[in-house]
Amino acid sequence: MCDPGSSEGLSAEVVGLLGFVEVVRGLGVGVSADSALTFVQAVGEIGVEEGSGVYWAGRATLVRRVEDVPAYDRAFLGFFGDLPVLDLPHVARPVELLLDVGGDDGADGDDDAAVAGDTRPVRWSDREVLRHRDFADCTPEELDEAHRLIADLRVHAALRRSRRRRPARPGSRGRPDLRRTLRSATRTGGEVLRPAVTRPGERPRRLVLLVDVSGSMAPYSRALARIAHAAVAARRHGQVEVFAVGTRVTRITRELSTHDPDEALTRASGAVDDWSGGTRLGHGLRNFNDRWGTAGIGRGAVVVILSDGWDRGDPTVLGEEMARLHRVAHRIVWVNPLKALPGYAPLAQGMAAALPHVDDFLEGHSVASLQDLAKVVGT
Amino acid sequence: MGELTSVSDVAEGLAAQDYLTDEGLATAVFLTMRLQRPLFLEGDAGVGKTALAQALAAWTGAPLVRLQCYEGIDAAQALYEWDHPRQLLHLRAVSSATEADLYDPRFLIRRPLLQALDPVDLPGGATPVLLIDEIDRADDEFEAFLLELLSDWAVTIPEVGRVSAAVPPPTILTSNRTRDVHDALKRRCLYHWIDQPSLEREVAIVRVRAPEVPEALARQVAAAVASLRGLRLYKVPGVAETIDWGRALAALGRTSLDEASVTATLGWVVKYREDQHRVVDHGISQLVQEALRHV
Repeated sequence: MCDPGSSEGLSAEVVGLLGFVEVVRGLGVGVSADSALTFVQAVGEIGVEEGSGVYWAGRATLVRRVEDVPAYDRAFLGFFGDLPVLDLPHVARPVELLLDVGGDDGADGDDDAAVAGDTRPVRWSDREVLRHRDFADCTPEELDEAHRLIADLRVHAALRRSRRRRPARPGSRGRPDLRRTLRSATRTGGEVLRPAVTRPGERPRRLVLLVDVSGSMAPYSRALARIAHAAVAARRHGQVEVFAVGTRVTRITRELSTHDPDEALTRASGAVDDWSGGTRLGHGLRNFNDRWGTAGIGRGAVVVILSDGWDRGDPTVLGEEMARLHRVAHRIVWVNPLKALPGYAPLAQGMAAALPHVDDFLEGHSVASLQDLAKVVGT
Repeated sequence: MGELTSVSDVAEGLAAQDYLTDEGLATAVFLTMRLQRPLFLEGDAGVGKTALAQALAAWTGAPLVRLQCYEGIDAAQALYEWDHPRQLLHLRAVSSATEADLYDPRFLIRRPLLQALDPVDLPGGATPVLLIDEIDRADDEFEAFLLELLSDWAVTIPEVGRVSAAVPPPTILTSNRTRDVHDALKRRCLYHWIDQPSLEREVAIVRVRAPEVPEALARQVAAAVASLRGLRLYKVPGVAETIDWGRALAALGRTSLDEASVTATLGWVVKYREDQHRVVDHGISQLVQEALRHV
């Protein structure tokens, strides 16, 4: 049991359990050697007589995120040939939380009608795509330069007061700092000469980026994902969270945390299933609000939405969800690459519904406009 | 509490404290106690994460030490702090005070984590149950600090020395998933996701937590909450809301759901204005009829 590398000296049960761990790993659940060992110990405590005991021992020791439960269940079913917990409600649910499949097929007819009614003012013509496809279609040298400029952007959100206090100059106004006062008083025989004071510290607000990865945003998605990477890579203190919004919402902060931007983007694309899929912005935003936004991540945060506001769903949903997010967020910045088009008016129904709840409405089609974004977010 | 030998001991012990578990949760708690690993609990608000720690403490007869996390929490609020005003007073009163006098343990304010490690000032000096609540609200730095504590069960206070736990306290961490907690911390812990209970279990929970609610009413309330959960509300009602709602209706002397009392008490279970509109749009009489069908 001490050396997972060799199976000598291990009982048949342990070898079998480690084989099961391998199957779990094979289905994409990260299991450390330590967890595998804990699993074997756990089964030792519970005994192998009952299938459900082994199941729950594995659930407690091998699974670290509820999203991994379906994969674990598949592994268990495949390895032991039987799933003792089929009646549990959670088995399918985590997937439902991620997917927004409800009514998708049935509503398609309506959606298409909405597209047909609204297309002209904001849909891409081929020429416009070419003219604005600067990030994607630059020569390699220009592209490198653009990416370098984006990577240099220091994106951090405006400051807020923090709970933690900092030392202030003696004599200035502030709350007494007894710890430092005591320390200096020990030097003067307990006599307090100059009371030390503190002032409130400051921290950047949380920055939340929602990147629209639907088909209509394809020319910009990757450039905008780069600015998201720049924000994540530059975070020193203060939290940055990035979500990809398409037909569903995917949290890609973790994938973007790698220092190499190309690798980070590759990983993020791997995590997002519906890259360049359809747009159901309102529903995506609702999922975001339900799971993360109003629960904590959106509270007091600077929220940046990178989207063209093109929503095939019901615009009232988008309006409602924007209002909901606006009530908890500090500030909402909407970056719409289409805004740079001459004569652009927010005619897309989604955009029109969202605008009343937007504090800043910016363009985002070029490096220069992204530099503006960095400035707006920081004030 | 006697020697813990099986998962069903846990289920029975907690049930005696009016906390009903399913097999998964009972297994996780059993392993937490046997393997001395912290238990990391996730689940929707109101499914009973914090209540589990309370029930566990009541069952094992140990005091409960609770650390509520929040943004910016640091060692001074979680572990220990020196009582500076008293130190200053001492320094003024005893002019010959040396540094060793000043950093005497009596000037140490012991915060929850230190109490859990070294339970000298807890009743009977018993090893407590440690609850670290809503860890997702704390900062990354605090998580790293906890990681160290949860693996060694020891801390060093520079002026005093090393403090280590004789017995690691049973520890429960909870998270509402407002952000991802680092894998390193999760790897130290056992993990369990608490789900919304099935209808039968929810009825049983209401019956033990609020015995004044008649069986039939408990059943209707649980069924009505189950349909509310299917309405895509912003805030899905948890078990805590079910219990509150049952209590409210029982306090009004109701023995069965009806449209008027549901309308009057809706605020006990649905706590957003938009959600209430959604329920009214869905139709309260329909909600009541669906619930009555379950009896």
